[in-house]
This record gives sequence, structure tokens and C-alpha cells, in this order.
Amino acid sequence: MPLKNEFRDVVVEMLQRAATTLPKDIVDAIERSRKRERNKIATVQFDCMLKNLELARKLGVPICQDTGIPIFFVKLGSELDLGFDLVRALSDAIKRAARAVPLRQNAVDPLTGKKSNAGQPIVHIDLIRGKHLQIDILIKGAGSENWSRLYMLRPTDGQAAIKRAVLFAVAESGGKPCPPTIVGVGVGGSADVACLLAKRALLRPLGTSNRDRGLADLELRLADAANEFGIGPMGLGGRTTVLGVHVEKAACHMASLPVAINFQCWAARRASARLVDDRLVVEVP
Amino acid sequence: MIFVPHATKLRPPLDERQIKRLRVGDFVSISERIITARDKAYARALESLRSGKRLPLDLRGAAIYHCGPLAMKTRGGWQVLSAGPTTSARLDSMQAEFVELTGVRALIGKGGVGEDVASELRRLGCIYLAFTGGAGVLAARAIKGVEKMLWQDLGTAEAIWVLRVRDFGPLVVAVDLHGGNIYLR
Repeated sequence: MPLKNEFRDVVVEMLQRAATTLPKDIVDAIERSRKRERNKIATVQFDCMLKNLELARKLGVPICQDTGIPIFFVKLGSELDLGFDLVRALSDAIKRAARAVPLRQNAVDPLTGKKSNAGQPIVHIDLIRGKHLQIDILIKGAGSENWSRLYMLRPTDGQAAIKRAVLFAVAESGGKPCPPTIVGVGVGGSADVACLLAKRALLRPLGTSNRDRGLADLELRLADAANEFGIGPMGLGGRTTVLGVHVEKAACHMASLPVAINFQCWAARRASARLVDDRLVVEVP
Repeated sequence: MIFVPHATKLRPPLDERQIKRLRVGDFVSISERIITARDKAYARALESLRSGKRLPLDLRGAAIYHCGPLAMKTRGGWQVLSAGPTTSARLDSMQAEFVELTGVRALIGKGGVGEDVASELRRLGCIYLAFTGGAGVLAARAIKGVEKMLWQDLGTAEAIWVLRVRDFGPLVVAVDLHGGNIYLR
């Protein structure tokens, strides 16, 4: 297991990488979408996105001024002996990255609006068997997060209601969550679990569909239907409103049908690292 | 390079005649000066103006940018690193009154404003220009300097930044003075 400082520095590198570059699957999807557009305003939006990515990478500065709030997903082997406080190490990494990258101070008290880090960082820990460790980070801006939705549907309304809920959320948000978005959908579980599933769905690279064939089919049909809206990049009109729809599900009470929706803006900033031979190694997606 | 056909160059302060020529879907770029304002700056400005006080700067004819920049303090002042637009609709409840009391002629942001706000803007002779959300570095490249920062106590993201710009854009006219609203097409 790496030492605390080593671990912290790898997380700083992850935050740096996530804030300044996008994973290849996202860039590829933006480039493909640009080719499909037929109107000048839409192609100019995509050109601006791509030019911006090139500049951010070259200058090593954040793609977007909203450097978001980092959300950590940790898979922690229950037999792994860390030897340090994981959450404190993540918190130290954010502090370092805030100066080094730099990141904008976004965390405030929800009532007073004053700068605060109480309750931060946001860390979701999954205990898994063995000695493995994997860390995934989403850098989540407010523009897309603000359009999150939770619907408690009637179970008898089934798939048709799920589709209506997702498409309604896409139509309602229009150009505001910085489309083309990735739409994360969590179905089932409970109110809290559905929200987490929706967010976790955003970690999945574009172009990978759900292993469940029913869900994979639902994902494709939702994406096609969303793109029919013509909302387009930044809501200015065009063929690409979503880059993808990712659906995850969990069993739930027979009298419930929770559906949560979480939007990821086109600047889908994420990073992953996992333990390889006792070293935390950043994956370059 | 981003090829934009026939971008109209604007240099604030703007008058009604200049912005009346613009139509939804036109490309625009701004040189000289833009001024940032978002949630807290809007609220404080309105509080002052309602009680008859003057703002510390004259906003007549100005282009207001909905933005909370990411900037770094340097020896000579501030360097803006990333400064894309924020969601304009968050300010919708204050938008019309802000424009009316300040005399602003252009709002720059992303995602548009509500339909009712769009008609108010038209009545007040103010256009809405869309800039690509997330394109923070592209925006920062057109910022040539920071003239001043006001209300820094609101925090650097919420403060008012008076920015010197050259060819800031490409911006798309999203709400014009002739009933056009790109978000309703």
C-alpha cells in the first residue's frame, strides 16, 4: 500500500488531469457529433468546445471556470490495510490541487453562502472483497447538477413512465446544463439509491452500453428520442442534445418506482486510479 | 481556427441603434470592455439602486457577462485563467429590473433567459448573447487585462470584474429586439 503522501499526490494528479483534459471517449464523441451537425451555429459551438480543449491542454489550465465539486467513488477492499485516514488524504489532495491547478473555491455553507468545507469532500465508499482499491472522481459543475431530478413513479406505469420522466427532464433543462450532455438515470433502489445510481452511471465511458440487454436497449432509445428534440449544443439548435444516456438499476419495493436523473455537461471531467502492485496508478482513459 | 462568417464587431458602450441591427442567429464579437456580474453582484446592485444610491461604475450601454472567473493573483494584479459563462436563467428574477435600472444594452451568458424575461429585455432595448458554456480558456484568451475588480468581499467568483477584451466571442445573438428567441426555435 502506498504511503499517505504518495496516495495524496496521485489524487492531486487525478484532479489536475480531470480539470484540464477530457477522456478520449468524450472528445471522440464531440468530434463525431460535430460532423453530424448541419447548421453553422451548432458547428461553431462544437468548434469552440474543441478549440477550448486544445487550449486547456496546451496551457494546463482548467477547461471550465466552474471547477465543480469533486465527487469521489471509492471501491475499497475490506482486507486492505490502508494505514492512514482515507477521507483526510482525499481532503488534503483537494486543498493541494486547489492551489496547484488552481481550482475555484466553490464550496459554501448552503444557508449563509459563506465559504465552508463542512461535509466535504463527498466520498462514496463501496466495500468490496479482497485487497483491491479503485478511485473514480467526477468533477461536477453546478450548471448540470442543478437539473438533477428525482421522480417517485407509479410502478404500474412501468417503462413508459421512466421514458417520459427522462425525456421531460431533458426538455425542461434545454440548453442550461451545457448540452450535449450525458444523462445518468438511476432506476429503483430507493430515493437515495436511485440518485446515487444516476450519478454513478456518469462514470461509465461513452460507447459502452449496459450489460443488461433490456437497459442497453432503453439507453439507445432514450438517446435517439432526446436527440430528436433538436435542442442542440448549448441549446442553440442542432442534432446533438445528448452524447449518451446511461441507465443503472437496482431492485426496489414493489410499491415504488424511483427514477433519478443526473446530467453531466459536455465537459465531462473524470479520472480513475487503481491499485497495481501496491501502487496507486492513474488510468488515462 | 474557428471559422465564423460575418461576425459583427461591437464596442461598448452600445446604443439602441447598434443592437437593433442584430438578428437572432447573427455572430458577434466584443472588443474594449465587458463587465462580469452574477447572483450576488446583481442582488447587491439592485439593493443599492432601489434605495436611490449610485453604483461604483456607470453601466449605461455596457455588456454584462454572467461569469464567475477562475483567476490567479500575480505580482502585477490578476490573471484570468478560465472564464466561461454561467447559467443566465439563475438571475431571471432580477434580470429585467437590473437592466432597467442600469441601462445595460447586452447580456452575455449561456442557456438563455425565460420567455417573459426575453420580452422584458426587448422592451428595455437589451439583447442577449450566448457564449459556449465550458469554453473557459477560449474566453480567457480574449481577455487582455483586468481594469478593476469591485465588491471583492463577495468572493472572486461573485465580484464584479471590469475586463479589457479583444474579439471576445464568437457570441451568438440569442434574443434580439425583433421578437426573435433562438431557444424557442
